[in-house]
Amino acid sequence: MSKVRVLVGTRKGAFILTADGKRDKWEVSGPHFAGWELYHLKGSPADPNRIYASQTSGWFGQVIQRSDDGGKTWHQPGTPPGETTGPGGAPKGESNKFVYDTAAAPLTTHQFYDGTQHPWEFKRVWHLEPSLTDPDTVYAGVEDAALFRSTDGGKNWKELPGLRGHGTGPKWQPGAGGMCLHTIISAAGAFRSDDGGKTWKPINKGLYSKYIPNPTAEIGHCVHHVAMNPKRPGVLFMQKHWDVMRSDDAGDQWTKISGNLPTDFGFVIDVHSHEPETIYVIPIKSDGEHYVHEGKLRVFRSKTGGNEWEPLTKGLPQENCYVNVLRDAMAVDTLDKCGLYFGTTGGQVYMSPNAGDSWSPIVRDLPAVLSVEVQTLA
Amino acid sequence: MPVNIRVELPQHLRTLAHVGHEVEIQVEGPVTQRSVLDAVESAYPMLKGAIRDHVTKERRAFLRFFACQEDLTHESPDAPLPDAVISGKEPFLIIGAIAGG
Repeated sequence: MSKVRVLVGTRKGAFILTADGKRDKWEVSGPHFAGWELYHLKGSPADPNRIYASQTSGWFGQVIQRSDDGGKTWHQPGTPPGETTGPGGAPKGESNKFVYDTAAAPLTTHQFYDGTQHPWEFKRVWHLEPSLTDPDTVYAGVEDAALFRSTDGGKNWKELPGLRGHGTGPKWQPGAGGMCLHTIISAAGAFRSDDGGKTWKPINKGLYSKYIPNPTAEIGHCVHHVAMNPKRPGVLFMQKHWDVMRSDDAGDQWTKISGNLPTDFGFVIDVHSHEPETIYVIPIKSDGEHYVHEGKLRVFRSKTGGNEWEPLTKGLPQENCYVNVLRDAMAVDTLDKCGLYFGTTGGQVYMSPNAGDSWSPIVRDLPAVLSVEVQTLA
Repeated sequence: MPVNIRVELPQHLRTLAHVGHEVEIQVEGPVTQRSVLDAVESAYPMLKGAIRDHVTKERRAFLRFFACQEDLTHESPDAPLPDAVISGKEPFLIIGAIAGG
């Protein structure tokens, strides 16, 4: 029978929630890495038992963790499971080493909040994206914005310098959360590579951001999340700072699809796993008030690829609710009846087993949720 | 001749290194902040980058170094540590500089 495994990163550790295909009885394990911020966990599509996790702390920096048994045990890549260190098995201690490539991308500064140039400084990994085909290959989107890749299961990391070095890097500026790279760069915009990450180009035509000097500039847009259905990789959906957008040509041109949303500020956006024109957002009141609109936690669904939205409220609090849902904190499973999952800054993880028609909490009282990913297991 | 130095670690570094609150490491030559931290990272490579920057070897901003009830954080990394640390009577302390939730 099918099974789902939900990977939850929080401000104070990671949690793993598992259930069978009915998704009505859940087991919760954790906290893993107690006391640390877990920005993101994601499983390898090529080997679902291989999971990568980004563990980070203002005190102690970045640590990459890996599990080869579906999250039961963890180790820093290079350190064999169950071992610490020592002669013969000594790890190299390189799995948390992220050093910018200053040879291929001779950039030393980017634009800071006040408009001055500021040194590029590695802070943390925001997003880990395992390869679709190779369990040992994984990409890391980091703050300050850059893209790294490991091809040895996370033991060593090298920057793909084409992104930072493609020309506009010195104009990139941090967003409120820092200058981070997940699917996009905050606050520079979206970029695309058509050659496996060697070269990149900005894909921000059609975006309009009234808070920047040139609202239609090539770069400078605060993009929060981009989603697609793998069956139609040319169709992209974007939750920008303000505005929900879509592109039918892999980002060459964007069109606004906010339609009847009560507010089009937000962080998450996702696509139904079987219906490529069914999309989901969770509107947030404003850029100054990062909580749901009118005290109601509502997921909005469009079955028409945007513009026409319906609120989904069954099972979700509809009064006195002031949580946020951060950019990596929504996911969909691939079971026949598509399941949706999202986590809030109030520590709840909600799940819908019926494409959003009704919701229930899997857990209610975790630390603030930073990310949610789901694995559909055979 | 190498000397044994006691080093006390903050909780999260103990967890990373799978050790108790204090470790004992061997240091060859002059006993300084630099030689002690080099020895800690050599014995526990998973702590590389968690105390000092991987490349510059600069102390992470929110960590401080103490010994014998003295703050050694801003001493030269190559200054000799107190005799009581070298003799093993007192540990070299790595601590979080500020409290945090």
